[in-house]
Amino acid sequence: MSIFVAPSIPVETQEHYLNNDYGIRSWLLTRDHKRIALLYLASITLFFFLGGFFAVLIRLELLTPQGDMVQAETYNKLFTMHGVIMIFFFLIPSIPATLGNFLVPLMVGAKDLAFPRINLLSWYIYVVGGLFTLGAVLVGGVDTGWTFYTPYSTTYSNGYVIATGVGAFITGFSSILTGLNFIVTIHKMRAPGLTWFRLPLFIWAQYAASIIMILGTPVIAITLVLLALERAFHIGIFDPAFGGDPVLFQHLFWFYSHPAVYIMVLPGMGVISELISCFARKYIFGYHFVAFSSLGIAVLGFLVWGHHLFVSGQSVYAGLIFSILSFLVAIPSAIKVFNWTATLYKGSISYQSPMLYAFGFVGLFTIGGLTGLFLASIGLDVHVHDTYFVVAHFHYIMVGGTLMAYLGGMHFWWPKMTGRMFPEGWAKFSALVVFVGFNLTFLPQFILGYLGMPRRYHAYPEEFQVLNVMSSAGASILGVGYVIPMIYFIWSLKYGALASPNPWGATGLEWRTPSPPPPENFKEIPVVNEGPYEYSIREIKVV
Amino acid sequence: MFSGFPLFPDQASTMAGEVDALYFFLIAITLFFSVLIAGLIVYFAIRYRRRSEVELPEPITGSTKLEALWTVIPFLIVMIIFGWGAKIFFTLSRPPSDAMPIYVTGKQWMWKLQHLEGQREINELHIPVGRAVKLVMSSEDVIHSFYVPAFRVKADVLPGRYTHLWFKATQPGEYHLFCAEYCGTKHSGMIGKVVVMEPADFQAWLSGGPPAESMTARGQRLFQSLACHTCHKSDGTGRGPVLNGVFGKPVALQTGQTAIADDNYLRESILNPGAKVVAGYQPVMPVFQGLINEDALSQILAYLKSLAPQPAVQPGATAVQPAVPPATTQQRRNP
Repeated sequence: MSIFVAPSIPVETQEHYLNNDYGIRSWLLTRDHKRIALLYLASITLFFFLGGFFAVLIRLELLTPQGDMVQAETYNKLFTMHGVIMIFFFLIPSIPATLGNFLVPLMVGAKDLAFPRINLLSWYIYVVGGLFTLGAVLVGGVDTGWTFYTPYSTTYSNGYVIATGVGAFITGFSSILTGLNFIVTIHKMRAPGLTWFRLPLFIWAQYAASIIMILGTPVIAITLVLLALERAFHIGIFDPAFGGDPVLFQHLFWFYSHPAVYIMVLPGMGVISELISCFARKYIFGYHFVAFSSLGIAVLGFLVWGHHLFVSGQSVYAGLIFSILSFLVAIPSAIKVFNWTATLYKGSISYQSPMLYAFGFVGLFTIGGLTGLFLASIGLDVHVHDTYFVVAHFHYIMVGGTLMAYLGGMHFWWPKMTGRMFPEGWAKFSALVVFVGFNLTFLPQFILGYLGMPRRYHAYPEEFQVLNVMSSAGASILGVGYVIPMIYFIWSLKYGALASPNPWGATGLEWRTPSPPPPENFKEIPVVNEGPYEYSIREIKVV
Repeated sequence: MFSGFPLFPDQASTMAGEVDALYFFLIAITLFFSVLIAGLIVYFAIRYRRRSEVELPEPITGSTKLEALWTVIPFLIVMIIFGWGAKIFFTLSRPPSDAMPIYVTGKQWMWKLQHLEGQREINELHIPVGRAVKLVMSSEDVIHSFYVPAFRVKADVLPGRYTHLWFKATQPGEYHLFCAEYCGTKHSGMIGKVVVMEPADFQAWLSGGPPAESMTARGQRLFQSLACHTCHKSDGTGRGPVLNGVFGKPVALQTGQTAIADDNYLRESILNPGAKVVAGYQPVMPVFQGLINEDALSQILAYLKSLAPQPAVQPGATAVQPAVPPATTQQRRNP
């Protein structure tokens, strides 16, 4: 492999997007999508480790049944802030705002996104929203859970509900702007010859996620405004004491927040399609089915919110309809998993670190998806609703799925983004540590959930302790698995071997330009005359 | 029962076995597909590992037959699961008509329970084995959720309306009662136990302790002291509709619509009587919102439900007509 061999051309002497300008102004006022991607990367990484810190405290508290490490109110604030930060400030922006921002123009052969200034604006909006939320944490935090259920949030909670809500509200606009930018770019700025069905599946996935961002995010914005108005002025929309309906809040909240799960996982699926085809050197099996399943998920995902209300007093027939629709949304996900597996058939498979993350994704996402069937099944959901079974399920999807894909993608495109290689041995090791740690953390929670342990419990009956200790032990391994890449990625910026333009031997326009790419991405606009994954047609050289 | 290292919850209700059967079926499905996918990945990854840096794999792009196969088979499987889950849900949402009602009030952070016979409990519920129990639940503040894992049942407890939950215990013993919907600081302290007793023991428990006034009697006293009886006369001559036998019956409204006089209708008609006025009557009843607490409200309800229809009343003299033509009936049924 040429990965560890320093290329003959000294890359540092070429002009690229990292050395074409220096100084803080060149970053804070940049309109280059690649630099904005790095700004996002730094910001969401901070939030990831902050959210992770809260998770550590949660798992430490749950080591013993008594609830003796922190007070109940503190514990409630910890899981609330863990959820708010991880969902609104890490998972939702994670792949779109970093990898998507960096790659969408490169993959479609464009010089930048359609609206570079709006792209920078979206980062500033994200930062302002993040600071608002951090401010709310520092002055005392909020204890409503990330779901802000009424009337607790409107009338009974003493926390900084409005400030936190405003933070999430503001950040939503960064998501809308990113989605808008992607959709316009994908429609209007594709390179000559790059037809829709020659697009990489990562682009299809970003496109589907962008639709949800644009259509769904305004609904959560409105909902948060109504929540704030109810809390401040008692307008009587959610609080039954003033004639409101608390369950209406749940409908509005989940109308966005369920599709939001697909904002998180669809881009991850896109990453996985790229990784598997590259490291199996195969055209993705059933390209059209994988592409359209993304759109299918985006559309059906809007119709299943009611499964969060199976025990909320919703009518029996509404429950049944939401149940059957929730089963239907499982089908496109299953199609993707089968197609990824079939792509491996008769491939030329190498086990480099991004591929290990992709294997981990498929395994964990499969378990996450299949346990979703338990929850879609309305008669069974009644028992496991609001228990650790649900906690385990969505962590398999959002952490086992999205985060694995995000890390896999970061490893895959790190050489392109930074021009440096990371130590492959450590990367393989960390992929393994994350996989083992993840399963040890969350598999016991399925058992806890079926036993009946409710979520958001500060103290719990003694017979649940053994499984909780297992989960906390796994979490410590998982934490190590996340810190290792952080260390070697930073290390590689200075000491990593210089990356060649195409270290993995991948197809895709982003690999046809130097690493890191020049400010304008391509010396000349590429012309596309073949499909996205033509690994079998000609040899793609590792250069 | 409350100690050790269990991996599976007690089965203590008629529903437990049914829910668990579906659970095991789903575990089998999960294991089958997880092992299938993981097995294929491992097999392919080894069988087709990269042997040379210059190999060109076969150009395979897809197979419509396979796509159809792995669309249709999962579809059929999930429809089976849907039907099975729906069947269980129907059973869960239809309490038997002879179920013994118990009134539950959730508040931060305790469960208050009232038996018809008058016994009141906090964070403990005593019930007989082998008899269906129907809980009529509401909350004084935020949303709670009444959850008994050993029975595999749960329902949110909402402020401002009634929700229901029923179960039939099959095993005497003590079981966890949890609040499953996050309700504030001491959410994890809003727990208790359900004590399932042999019928004879339960009778002894009911009649033990200080003599308690039944809910019906309390409700009747409230009905008098709040002066409800001055308008709601049982002979049909009052300014309000006759309430004898009204529970569970369709009621013709001023708007021309029909409502079923269930728990939530009666609740609304007491707290906010102008919302649905019975045809033929003036909206003259005062609003009781904020004047009656949840416990008292459930006592009045228990009293109203206990009122037998008055055969002495001349047919047609009252506005409460059980026989509404079904064709014009617009019913809203609550689960």
